[in-house]
Amino acid sequence: MATKPATLSSPENVGSIQPTRTGERLKSVLSLLAGGALWWAAHSHLTAFSQWLTYRVFGLAAGTHLSSSVEFFVFEAPKVLMLLLLVVFGVGIIRTFFTPERTRLLLAGRRESVGNILAAMLGIVTPFCSCSAVPLFLGFVESGIPLGVTFSFLIAAPVINEVALILLFSVFGLKVAAVYVGLGLAIAVTAGAIIGRLKMERYLEPWVMEVRMGPVAVTDEQLTWDGRMRAGAHAVREIVGRIWLFVLVGIAVGAAIHGYVPMGALAAIMGKSAWWSVPAAVLLGIALYSNAAGVIPILGALLEKGASLGTALAFVMAVIAISLPEIVILRKILKPQLIAVFVGVVSVGIIIVGYVFNALF
Amino acid sequence: MKIQILGTGCPKCKTLYRNAQEAVASLGLSAEVEKIEDIQQIIKFGVMSTPSLAVDGKVKVTGKVASVDEIKAMLV
Repeated sequence: MATKPATLSSPENVGSIQPTRTGERLKSVLSLLAGGALWWAAHSHLTAFSQWLTYRVFGLAAGTHLSSSVEFFVFEAPKVLMLLLLVVFGVGIIRTFFTPERTRLLLAGRRESVGNILAAMLGIVTPFCSCSAVPLFLGFVESGIPLGVTFSFLIAAPVINEVALILLFSVFGLKVAAVYVGLGLAIAVTAGAIIGRLKMERYLEPWVMEVRMGPVAVTDEQLTWDGRMRAGAHAVREIVGRIWLFVLVGIAVGAAIHGYVPMGALAAIMGKSAWWSVPAAVLLGIALYSNAAGVIPILGALLEKGASLGTALAFVMAVIAISLPEIVILRKILKPQLIAVFVGVVSVGIIIVGYVFNALF
Repeated sequence: MKIQILGTGCPKCKTLYRNAQEAVASLGLSAEVEKIEDIQQIIKFGVMSTPSLAVDGKVKVTGKVASVDEIKAMLV
């Protein structure tokens, strides 16, 4: 390009606009520090704030159903939203280091087993939206990445996402979030390996194998730290902007359950003793196209009342991993037989994970 | 000048399309803004994430909704 816009901070025009960029960087570093300090101050006063609001401002009597629900809500809602802001911003920055195009390069020419593991791990950090599933799939397959490896990526990408992890962490704690990541990876790797072993290539729509992708597009986008921080802020606006209402509604329902449902009420239907509850939760999760952001806070409250963790998490995974709209999108490139295998293998994996969790916790 | 929006019709693609139109209008350019929804054509551009934006056949943005200002900077 002969006429390069001066606003793009590519190396050759760094010199000419140095002063403004230093000023800008100072400004963004300062606002980052100020934001961090504010975040920390607010976060460390949440318990006091929620009690002050519930008992002093609203004047509720302690120990009632209502006050217990209200206190739960005014504590959980800001806590979860603040964590979302922080982590989505951080992950937005990390994601600027990974693009689907680069991931494809990393995966091309890998053997199956190593490829499955790498693909599942890259699935966590590569920016992915189910609306891009088809071009991504085509790009992978066209560059010779085995079908099973492609599926490992496609399963891990939605299942292990930052929003689900933040909510799991803030509702269930670090240990559960970490085990969730481990088992999510295990499902992605194994399911991909099984699909690869089944040699399902003939169940791709015929045109898929004939697609010829153009040379990988390289954009001359800004990759300065300012640009990465802007990408983080952009991710916050986009992701938190999309899900905050689900989160609040989920916490509100959770708060109502917390205050009003008697202890142990759910043990019989969602507890460990009900062996059928795991597959039932998975089936329900597949049928229900919902938002994990709203579902997890509700599950946290259900857990208190006797539901078991494995059943709850199997439900969350099923909601995220397999959804009807995604199946409709994938139907453009996969024949029904392959979709059936994909849904079957992943659901069985999630059911096993549910039982494992129930046995562990 | 020709601006092409690559995307299979998701809400983000439509936003990018509107942003591109707005950028063209506010710069007073006589550029054509075109939407490409056919997946086989999209893949020919070498992109794997949508929405993407190409100016005169050269891909400028992949996998995100660029703002009106960002698009303007690409067109100047």
